[in-house]
Amino acid sequence: MDTIHVDIVSAEGEIFSGPARMVFLPASQGEIGVTPRHAPLLTLLKPGEVRVQPPEGEEQFFFVGGGALEVQPKKVTVLADTAARAKDLDEAAALAARQRAEEALAGQYDKITQAEALAELARAAAQLKMIERLRKIKG
Amino acid sequence: MPGTKEIRSKIASVKSTQKITKAMEMVAASKMRRAQERMRMARPYAAKARAIISHLNEANPDYRHPFLIEREPKSVGLVIISTDRGLCGALNTNVFKAALLLIREWQAKGASIGLCVIGGKGLAFFRRLGLPVLASITGLGDRPHVRDLIGTVKVMLDGYREGRLDRLYVAHAQFLNTMSQKPQIQQLLPIPALEAGGTELQEHWDYIYEPSAGDILDGLLMRYVESQVYQGAVENVGCEMAARMVAMKSASDNAGKLISELQLIYNKARQAAITKELAEIVGGAAAV
Repeated sequence: MDTIHVDIVSAEGEIFSGPARMVFLPASQGEIGVTPRHAPLLTLLKPGEVRVQPPEGEEQFFFVGGGALEVQPKKVTVLADTAARAKDLDEAAALAARQRAEEALAGQYDKITQAEALAELARAAAQLKMIERLRKIKG
Repeated sequence: MPGTKEIRSKIASVKSTQKITKAMEMVAASKMRRAQERMRMARPYAAKARAIISHLNEANPDYRHPFLIEREPKSVGLVIISTDRGLCGALNTNVFKAALLLIREWQAKGASIGLCVIGGKGLAFFRRLGLPVLASITGLGDRPHVRDLIGTVKVMLDGYREGRLDRLYVAHAQFLNTMSQKPQIQQLLPIPALEAGGTELQEHWDYIYEPSAGDILDGLLMRYVESQVYQGAVENVGCEMAARMVAMKSASDNAGKLISELQLIYNKARQAAITKELAEIVGGAAAV
C-alpha cells in the first residue's frame, strides 16, 4: 500500500517520525487530510490535534500548539510550536522584553495576562476535544 | 602549642570549601549531560525548517521575503547569549570579547549597534558599557524554553522588518567538548544562502499556499530564526555546565593541594612544639 512519510518535530524535540496511510492536520483554514501523492502544500497550523493513520495498527493522536506544515508528494513535515502563539501574545512578549531592557516593568501586566489567558483557553479547548475523542475510542 | 590551632581551623575551612566545590562539580556534570541531550533534540527542527525554506527558494524564486534580502548594513543587531550565574571560568568573558570585537568592527565602518541580551551576566556587562540594549531576558534557568525567547527575538525581528536593523547576529558559546568551548558568532538575518536540497523534486512546480506565500514565509522564517536562537541558548547552557564542571574540578584539586600543604605545616609545628617541650624537660632534669 502507498504510504507517506510523516515527520512531526518541535524546537525542543522530535515528536513523531514514520510512515502513514493518511494524516489529518488542523490547518489555519480548516482541518485537512493528506494522503500519499498530495500536491505540494505549505500552510500554517492552528492549535489542535494531528491524527496519523499508520499502515498497521491504531490511529495515533498528537497535540500541536500551532506551527507550520509542508506537504510534498511523499513527505509531510510538521514544525510544531511548543509555545502558545498569537499575534497579540507575541506582541505582548516583545513588549515585555523591551521593558525588561528598559527596567520599567510596572503597569503593563494586564495586556500580557489577558492575551496569555486567551491563548491558553484555545489550547485547553483543543486539548479537551482530543481527550474526549481518545476516551470514546478507549471506552 | 601556639599556631597549631589556627592551622587546624584553616584546614577545616578549606575542607568545607572543597566539599562545596565537589558538590557543584557533580551537579554541573549531570546537568551538562541533560543539556547535551537537549542540544541533540533541538537539531531536527532547525534541519527541517532549513529544508522547507530551501524548497521554497526553489519553488518560488520570484517572491523574496525581506529576511532573505541583503541590505546595506547601516545598523547591526546582535543577540548575545550569556549565563545567569558565574563560577564558570572564562566562558562569558570569551563570548563578550568576541561580541565586542564584532561591535568595534561595525562601529569602525560607521554602523550603529543594537543589542539583545539573554542572561544576567551579559546584561550587567553590556549595561555598564553603555551600549543600547533593545531587549533582554534573564533567569531562563537550566532548561530554556522557546516561549521565553519569542518576545526577545521578536523585538529584533521587528527592528529588522521596520528597517531599524539591517543585519542580525547571534553570539553564544559553542560546545566543542567538555574541556573546550569557544565563542561563536552566526549571522541570523538576512538568512545566509541555504544550500539547495531536495533534488528529487521535479523542475516546474510550486506549492499551494494557504492563505498566502507571504504570510507563510513570514511565519516560517520567524520560527526558523527563533529556533536558531533557542539552539544557541541550549548550547550555551551545555557550555556553562561544562565550564563550571571544569572550573569546580580545578577548584577542588587546588583545595586538596592546599589542605596537604597546610597539613604538612601543621605536622611540622606540632613536632617542633613536642621537641621544644622535650628539650625543656631534659634541660630541667640536667639542671637538677
